[in-house]
This record gives sequence, structure tokens and C-alpha cells, in this order.
Amino acid sequence: MSPKTLYDKIWDAHLAHEADDGTCLLYIDRHLVHEVTSPQAFEGLRMTGRTVRAPDKTIAVPDHNVPTTLDRANAATMTEDSRIQVEALDKNAKDFGIHYYPVSDVRQGIVHIVGPEQGWTLPGMTVVCGDSHTATHGAFGALAHGIGTSEVEHVLATQTLIQKKSKNMKVEITGKLRPGVTAKDITLSVIGATGTAGGTGYVIEYMGEAIRDLSMEGRMTVCNMAIEGGARAGIIAPDEKTYEYCLGRPHAPKGAQWEAAMEWWKTLYSDDDAVWDKVITLKGEDIAPVVTWGTSPEDVLPITANVPAASDFEGGKVGAAQRSLDYMGLTAGTPLKDVAIDTVFIGSCTNGRIEDLRAAAAILKGKKIAVTRAMVVPGSGLVRAQAEEEGLADIFKEAGFEWRLAGCSMCLAMNPDQLAPGERCAATSNRNFEGRQGRGGRTHLMSPAMAAAAAITGKLTDVRELM
Amino acid sequence: MNKFTTLTGIAAPMPLINIDTDMIIPKQFLKTIKRSGLGVNLFDEMRYDDDRNEIPDFVLNKPQYREAQILVAGDNFGCGSSREHAPWAIADFGITCVIAPSYADIFYNNCFKNGILPIALPQEQIDVLMKDAEKGANARMTVDLEAQTVTTSDGDVFSFEVDAFKKHCLMNGLDDIGLTMEKAASIDAFESQASQSRPWV
Repeated sequence: MSPKTLYDKIWDAHLAHEADDGTCLLYIDRHLVHEVTSPQAFEGLRMTGRTVRAPDKTIAVPDHNVPTTLDRANAATMTEDSRIQVEALDKNAKDFGIHYYPVSDVRQGIVHIVGPEQGWTLPGMTVVCGDSHTATHGAFGALAHGIGTSEVEHVLATQTLIQKKSKNMKVEITGKLRPGVTAKDITLSVIGATGTAGGTGYVIEYMGEAIRDLSMEGRMTVCNMAIEGGARAGIIAPDEKTYEYCLGRPHAPKGAQWEAAMEWWKTLYSDDDAVWDKVITLKGEDIAPVVTWGTSPEDVLPITANVPAASDFEGGKVGAAQRSLDYMGLTAGTPLKDVAIDTVFIGSCTNGRIEDLRAAAAILKGKKIAVTRAMVVPGSGLVRAQAEEEGLADIFKEAGFEWRLAGCSMCLAMNPDQLAPGERCAATSNRNFEGRQGRGGRTHLMSPAMAAAAAITGKLTDVRELM
Repeated sequence: MNKFTTLTGIAAPMPLINIDTDMIIPKQFLKTIKRSGLGVNLFDEMRYDDDRNEIPDFVLNKPQYREAQILVAGDNFGCGSSREHAPWAIADFGITCVIAPSYADIFYNNCFKNGILPIALPQEQIDVLMKDAEKGANARMTVDLEAQTVTTSDGDVFSFEVDAFKKHCLMNGLDDIGLTMEKAASIDAFESQASQSRPWV
């Protein structure tokens, strides 16, 4: 038998039909749904008289729009259009009989945090959602990627997706990470190395000692941003850490089914002689704590560097870099560590899990913020509850952070959590696009520990100096 | 879905790389439960100032490009969020063809579901098309999906690649859910086999 990658194996196990021209129907094991990209899909079903083929494999949770303030049970905290969208999801979940975690449920949170937390996401599965950060679930050795609303409707109606196979890309992070360097620094550094289109047309498998050493939370952070590198999906082969995370989760298999699942999961790895269409290798020890300076996630530099000049780049990037510098209000040659910050945002599907909150709290313990405002938005109600139990919430509150309820919040600013024009934010989220966190808002992406360090000093800061 | 066969129209030049879906349609316009009406907010933050006045320098506000049906842009067009609101806004504005060196994967697929043809061509050819687009309203390009060609106002012809199935669906305005449902027997068979081999799913 010819050698296969992990992606090849999952693909083969889900191929429901292949046409003569190579167009495939891939069977979908888990379909995650949120309020922003699904209303038109459900409406499409109604208009054509179609139903949801596999409601037991379809899981919905509102996250993008929901307020994160403590008074959100009051409907007046939501704008009318947001409320209509959330109510539409309430109704669609009920009408079509799909699993649902409403805003009032303690298990509610960001869809990519809820899925793994509830044991919906398991190794070897195909997972899709009308959201590009579905790549997160690849951390479990699942083939997971974002889809558009027409494809949401297609999956609802047929439980399949029309696909052509992607190419295989290996990203290897060898050796150990240095102190102060985290999963976020890995994933940003990979994008810095490949560019935002470096992964286009590929499924990336992350491997190597530094990846194996990461917790499941850290692996989710790495896979989450595969899309920022242009890849269809990011994936990490399951191992003991994966099984341990899944065991006992509400929707994970139990008893004999768990044993049967484990038997298959243990075959889920890329064969030694598998063929890769592209290979990137970074040394773990070479990765520094990084921040973004521009308006593309590829605009990554170590915190010890200076703001670049547009003339440092080539081709179309020269104009793009100048546009970024103008938008970000930065001058070439300025040390990044001299850039003053107004706001700190800790949260999102990239860094809203318990380990992220622990990392930030470890830096913040006993300190006060030196920024205008700072907020922590836990990724789910359960992450929030655990952080309260561990005493992390008190550390954040004593430092001057707002301690919010779960949701996507300021990552994409669809709810009231937004930056004002010119407001500069240290953010643990995934995109620094123009206007992403609010019109005119300026976003610097970084790890939770780095964001906490920036909160204390009021400027971009090398977290290693505070450790 | 609207069919796409041939198109002769004005092409608007946007020589910017990494045009992301947040630029194409900012998040405040995602709070809709409809697919229509987003054209007025296409490129909203580049197109209007804080008081909702048009910014005259933005390409689609210029008199010669207000009726543009084709967009010529830089590398990695449509990167970022999976929001299908991006192609909905583009189509609602009246643009049904985008020409760029490369596209982000999800955006590229979303276009075909909405009667939009995304054409990928090498940078050197994009450079020629960009210059042609910069000539304004008198320079009309022609796109022929059947022949898989783009013809400039000067008569230069460039051939492009497109997946045969996607081309077939776009040329005939086909609903691919309907096509997939014709294969229900294969899906049933797969499901029953998978429920044996992976019952925990």
C-alpha cells in the first residue's frame, strides 16, 4: 500500500462519492453552526422544502454577536439586528432539532471552544463550520475547515461537501521552545515565514518535538491560525494528550466504543515515507516572542525588532507595507518596545482557553494595568467558571481587567466590544486587518503572556523581562 | 443562481495585495439574515468617510468605474473570514468577475456559489490587465467562460484555468445541492457502512 499522510487517511475514510472528473463528496461528521453565517442557509432549506439530514451531528451556539457584559440577559444590551440574528438561531435550532447551547447556558461560548470542550470534536473526524477558524479542531487530528454559507446549506441538506483534494504540507517545529515562547509565537512565526498565501491549496500538518510538547490548548492555538497562512486546514496527529483530553467529555465515546475508537485513532498518523508537496522547518529555539506590526498576520517580528520600512519589502508588498504603516500610525525604525498601547484584549478562539488565562494571570499577579482599558473574555462559560475556581478571575480583576462573559467579542467587534479610531490594542486574537476590531482601530497580535506584559507597562513589551 | 457565460464590461483596478473579506464587507454588515442588499456597503470603510460621504479617490466612487462589472486586484484576494457576505456584496454591486493572481481558498469557492467567476492569472498578465483597467470606462474587457479567455480592450487574449465541474455549474446556473441529492444512494451507503466501522461518530 502506498504511504499516506494523516490528511490522506482521514480523506479516504470519508469519501462518499467520487465522480469521473475527480469531484468528490466528503462525508461530514460534525457540523458546527453559529448565528452569523447560518440564517440564510436555514432559509434556503425552508424555501426548497429540504430538511437537516443529520441533526444529531449538527451543533449550534451563538457567539459572534452576543454581548459579553454581565448584564447581557437584558435584551436591550443587544442591537436589534444582533438580537434578530440570535433569535433566528434559537428558532432554527428548535425547528430543525439540532443540538443547541443558548446564551443562557453555562456551556455557551465560542463555537471552536465549545466543540472540543463538549467532546463533539474527536480524532479522525471531518468537522466544518461557517467560520474560517474551524481549523482549530485540527489539533485533535480531525480534518476541520471553514466553509461559506452556501456550503453550510449544502452540509445541512446532504451531510456532505463537494471537494477536491488539497495538497499536503508539512510544518515541522524541531527541538524545544525557549522560556516565554508559546504556541501563539509558533503559529505567528510560521505565517511570518510562509506569508498569508503560503498555505493556499494545502492542508498543513504540524509536527516535531515542539508541537508534541504543546498541550491540547496550545495545539488548538497553532491550528486555529492555519487559515491565516492560507491553508484549508491545519492538523496535528493525535497522541496520549489528545486521548486524555477527550476521555470523559460529554459527547466522547464510552466503554467498548471508546476502546474501538482508540484502536482506529492510533492508526492516525502520517506514514514515515509519506510524500509532502511542501515542507517548512523552523527550529523551536529560534522562535522568539513575536508581535505583529502591520495589517496582515504575516507582518510578524520578534518583540526585540524595530518597525520596518516599506522599502524593506519587494513587489506588491511595498505598497501594502506603506499602507499598513500609515494605518497603524507607525514610523519605520521605531523599536517595537517603544510602541504605546491603549487597550488589551485577552480572549478569542485563538487564545480564550484556560491555559491562556493561566499564562496571562501568571504575569499579572499582584500587578496593575497601565493601559486605558483591558478586558478578559473567556472562550466559554465553562472556561470562565474554571478560571474563577482557580482564582485567576481575582488576579485579573485586581490588576484592573474587566472580567467578561463568553463570546467572540473584540476579536471581530460584531458586538459592542470595539476599538475607537486610532485606539491601539494588544490582542490575543487572530486578525489585525484594517478595521477588524473597529473602524480605525490598530491591532497588534501576540500571545496572552505578551498581552499581559503590555497591560502592565502600557507599551509593547518583551514578556521575558517580566518573568 | 445566475448563469455566467460571457461578460463585456468595465474593469475597476485595485492594485492592492491581500484584500481581505473584512475590507470587502466589514463586520457591521454581517448582521443580516438576507443575502441581498449588501452592494451599497461593498468596501464600505474604503468607500465612505465617518459621515457616510463617498471618498472621491476610491476607485468605485470614480465616475468611470461606478458601473464596473469586473474587478482587477492583487495577490491573495479574499483572504480572512469565510463570510459569504463578501461575494454577496460583490455580486449585489454588479461585479460578476474578479481577476487576480491568486485567491484565498474559501472566498474562491464561495464565488462560484453566487454566479461570480474568479479568474487567476500570472502577475505579468495581471499587470497588463491592470493597465487596461486604468484606462477607465472606454476600455472594456471581455471574459468568455466557455473559451476560458479574457480579452483586453486592445485585443490581447489571456487564457485561464477553471475546474470543469465548477465551470459547468456556473455556465448553467446549477444548484449544487440538487446535484448532490441525486447521489443520495451513495451517501446512504456510506452512512450505513460508517455507522458500522465508526459507531461512536
